[in-house]
Amino acid sequence: MHRTGELYGQYKTLEQQKETASLGMWIFLVQEILFFGGIFLAYAINRHLYPTAFGISGNMLSLPLGFANTVVLIASSFTMAMSVWSAQTSKKQLVTIFLILTLILGCVFLGVKVKEYKDKFDHHLIPGHGFDITYCSKNPTACNLEGKDLANEIKEIEEGIELEGGETALNAHAQLYFSLYFGMTGLHALHMIIGAGLLLWLILDARKGRFDVNYNTPVENVGLYWHFVDIVWIFLFPLLYLINRHLA
Amino acid sequence: MSENGHHVVSPKLYAAILAALLVGTWITVQAAKIDLGPWNIVLALFIATVKMSLVILFFMHGKYSPKRTQLVIISGFFWLAIMLGLTMTDYKTRSPEPSRTSYPPAITIHRA
Repeated sequence: MHRTGELYGQYKTLEQQKETASLGMWIFLVQEILFFGGIFLAYAINRHLYPTAFGISGNMLSLPLGFANTVVLIASSFTMAMSVWSAQTSKKQLVTIFLILTLILGCVFLGVKVKEYKDKFDHHLIPGHGFDITYCSKNPTACNLEGKDLANEIKEIEEGIELEGGETALNAHAQLYFSLYFGMTGLHALHMIIGAGLLLWLILDARKGRFDVNYNTPVENVGLYWHFVDIVWIFLFPLLYLINRHLA
Repeated sequence: MSENGHHVVSPKLYAAILAALLVGTWITVQAAKIDLGPWNIVLALFIATVKMSLVILFFMHGKYSPKRTQLVIISGFFWLAIMLGLTMTDYKTRSPEPSRTSYPPAITIHRA
């Protein structure tokens, strides 16, 4: 049996029923804020303790890819908001179209993330035995580094070794950055994958014309979740990608 | 308000918010390229907070939600501020490896 927006016994009005659903979703999101907050706290402490290693590591990420992904994710939040609007105004076909657009943009984001992760793997920036922050400055052809960028990176690494008190210390603290990078973006990506699953479920239901002015709670609540994931990225982007760009 | 209680935000407003968010993203990248010393992080977090507020107020309908829901949203950030604020004051005011030699011994034993 599918819900169609009828009034359940425990509520006085449809308005109260809808408000209860969105209040419940918000309580879940508050829990998510604190869940991500703990990891942001770990980031803040380690960045405070090792500013040099974090600055150098941050400059190893690809700014164009990070910027492009931010634009893609903000656009997907817009299409999600538009699918909520389409449901609220009973434009049943538009609901499906905007949901599909949101799903496509979400997949583009994840695709770019895969490309970024692969680059980090190739550049020996996965925390663990093979980690070597100096790899790209020593093997510039493997990282497509040349000219001014290469000179900058060699200078940055040299200064980093001096300030951190040796290559071992720099590598150790840079691994903290990359552990946080993979932890934070990985958890964010996991939320995106769950969101993509929810979108798929909504698309299948929306194709049957199930969402309209009377019943659109699932679209609204998945929308709230999707926007929350967008907000997490709005903070991750400057914190991870833009720490020390004025040095580069 | 629509007839069933939920506020409908117009596509025009959604598009304006989208434009504002994209401009904000561009500004944050440009601002990061200027050396502002310790103010780089402050500016980056300020822009991110403005962007977040736009998403919550309009995309997530926070502006049109009942007071009860708004209270839940604000309380979430209140608890987050306690967690971040109190932990960071501890790290900011305490040396990670306190040097014991620079302090006088806590107990002096006098032997008769």
